[in-house]
Amino acid sequence: MELVQRMFGAPLRDPRAWARSMGMAIVVPLLALLLFVGLWAGVAPRIETSLGAFPGPAQVLEQTQVLWQGHLAERANRDAFYQRQDARNKEKLAEDPSYQPRHFVYNGKPTFLDQIVTSLITVFTGFLLATVVAVPLGILAGSSRIVQAAINPIVQIFRPVSPLAWLPIVTLIVSAVYVTTGTPMFQKSFLISAITVTLCSLWTTLINTAIGVTSVDKDLVNVGKVLQLPLSTRVRKIILPSALPYIFTGMRLSLGVGWMVLIAAEMLAQNPGLGKFVWDEFQNGSSDSLSRIMVAVFTIGLIGFALDRLMQLLQNAVEHK
Amino acid sequence: MSDIHTPLPRRRFIAGATALVGSTAIGLPAGAATKAAQPEKESLKFGFIKLTDCAPLVVAYEKHYFEDEGLNVTLEAQANWKVLLDRVIDGQLDGAHMLAGQPLGATIGFGTKADIVTAFSMDLNGNGITVSNAVWNEMKPLLPMEGGKVKHPIHADALKKVVDKWKSQGKPFKMGMVFPVSTHNYELRYWLAAGGLHPGYYTSSDISGTRNADVLLSVTPPPQMPSTMEAGTINGYCVGEPWNQQAVFKGIGVPVITDLEIWKNNPEKVFGVTRSWADRNPNTHVAVVKALIRACMWLDASMANRVEAVKMLSKPAYVGADEEVIGNSMTGSFEYEKGDKRPLPDFNVFFRYFATYPFYSDAIWYLTQMRRWGQITESKPDSWYMETAKKVYLPAVYMQAAKALVAEGKAKDADFPAKTDGFKGPQDGFIDGIVYDGRKPNDYLNKFKIGLKPKDAV
Repeated sequence: MELVQRMFGAPLRDPRAWARSMGMAIVVPLLALLLFVGLWAGVAPRIETSLGAFPGPAQVLEQTQVLWQGHLAERANRDAFYQRQDARNKEKLAEDPSYQPRHFVYNGKPTFLDQIVTSLITVFTGFLLATVVAVPLGILAGSSRIVQAAINPIVQIFRPVSPLAWLPIVTLIVSAVYVTTGTPMFQKSFLISAITVTLCSLWTTLINTAIGVTSVDKDLVNVGKVLQLPLSTRVRKIILPSALPYIFTGMRLSLGVGWMVLIAAEMLAQNPGLGKFVWDEFQNGSSDSLSRIMVAVFTIGLIGFALDRLMQLLQNAVEHK
Repeated sequence: MSDIHTPLPRRRFIAGATALVGSTAIGLPAGAATKAAQPEKESLKFGFIKLTDCAPLVVAYEKHYFEDEGLNVTLEAQANWKVLLDRVIDGQLDGAHMLAGQPLGATIGFGTKADIVTAFSMDLNGNGITVSNAVWNEMKPLLPMEGGKVKHPIHADALKKVVDKWKSQGKPFKMGMVFPVSTHNYELRYWLAAGGLHPGYYTSSDISGTRNADVLLSVTPPPQMPSTMEAGTINGYCVGEPWNQQAVFKGIGVPVITDLEIWKNNPEKVFGVTRSWADRNPNTHVAVVKALIRACMWLDASMANRVEAVKMLSKPAYVGADEEVIGNSMTGSFEYEKGDKRPLPDFNVFFRYFATYPFYSDAIWYLTQMRRWGQITESKPDSWYMETAKKVYLPAVYMQAAKALVAEGKAKDADFPAKTDGFKGPQDGFIDGIVYDGRKPNDYLNKFKIGLKPKDAV
């Protein structure tokens, strides 16, 4: 009943205001989107590239289906691979009962969907690492002027550095430091991408956390001091609750930066993920390549949007607790 | 193949077998001892560059030839030749599709120093030289005609006139090739020099290879050639397929000559591994070569197979270019100027003419060109050329694989040059008519008008 009230209460109470707000929320964006698609469809065929005309919405939609079909085909290949493996094992065992059956993991190519999953895992790893480093450091910088003065120049210098500059350094260091024998737990390429994301998305969270902590009501901080609360309690009960909105805004921005950085890093370092997909298609130079790149562009955009929304939801959930 | 040569894997095999039956007895089935040796390493990752001549690897994978040898192979495209070589050296890749000059260059220490060996030559020919439309428009009126079409092969003396004109206007003439020790570099240099254009020397202090150059050569990864030329950074390039045909399709340039016309049936790519990998995995190495030989036999068996291979290669994970573009050269023809399609049945040779055998004379030809252009800075005796070739090329491994295939009934004796001593004998078929004899590398170097003589230094 309450739900019905909430859903239909507004239109019943003030139909005009409701219509206006619905118009703003749905109709205007929809019209703008249609206009955009229309413009795109109109302009695209006029742009002649060396790979043929620039793809319009129809071609991009078609390639989306092709990529999906490719994904299904690759899964079928995988099943066939395991069947062949089983058959081979059986045959060898029949020949020689002492044979140790081999169970290889399928060695096929990552599909578009696999690349999306890889990118998501990488960006979250890098982002979590960044948060784990940036939030405590930010709290420290926010609560102590000395630490702030100490950290400030470093932050200011490293914050504007592009991921493309970090990448060679990270690549060399990871290659030198991360030496494993046998099957490593993490692929080097995964670590390189994730650490690059960390290095680039660290700063926004750090700065925002510091600002958030500095802006905590001085009276509250003083009360904490007077009551001689231990540091951990002060952080938990006074600083964090007040600084949380700032921290979350920082994290939200960081995740956005991290996602952008990741795609660039994957393109440049040829590390698995959506960025590599884009680069590979660019290199392939087939007549479908541009459409496929456009599919990836939309995917990257939609995922970026979804990530932002996710952080917003998380922020709301935490703040209203 | 006998088990005597491979004690280690067998011991491991026995250990595994006894563990499986849960017994400590030595009661190994009699059959196991006489079976083919087990590969030491079964899960392998091979690198390749997006070029049609990665076909043997792709076919061996797609046709399950690797699986038939008990190998689980993953193929991975690499960004460029340097990345590929580095990843083979540091062990991220077990082996790779390599330029014939790469194992030699690495072994003698030009560029990255590492001991790389090869037991398998992947193909013959397959490259072309393309110039931009602007250059072609200046060049074409200077070329002799034959039956309403430009007469082929096109010699570089026509290009020389264009370059001289550009020079007088103060414009540098730049061309791309794919790697300092690539076949493309040497073929492009050969063609230019045969037409009187100096492609520049490498020196110990200047490794850009542009000392005294009329044409400035620089490195561009194969798949980026067309777009780099389109952007105007280079005026032409020498590269493997499909990147010459791509220029025709994109309408941005015109292939003027194929390497088949520069040196008939020249060795192109090899399958390279590190020496230490080869030492640690002798059985795996033979198994890989077996699968690759079968792939090359399949590729040259019929036109239908070639068409099927084109389909495989056009998948985005491999070469990824359009079927039409790849098919042009893979199926026995080559399109020069748009619409000027000529038959060129030997443009891609994978198995005919003993294409896959690692001939010492092939290795020595590359070494002579490294010396000719100053990559090898000092004079070397003929014996050095021979020793280096023997260090890098492993025909024994190849023949072991070949014999195993014959024994399994998958190949015939006649498919392999069992009697060869590794030299093809004096070879003509070069665009400048100079005869090459791999036994006399210093003699050969003396025959060139442009290039370092045996005693020269830069």
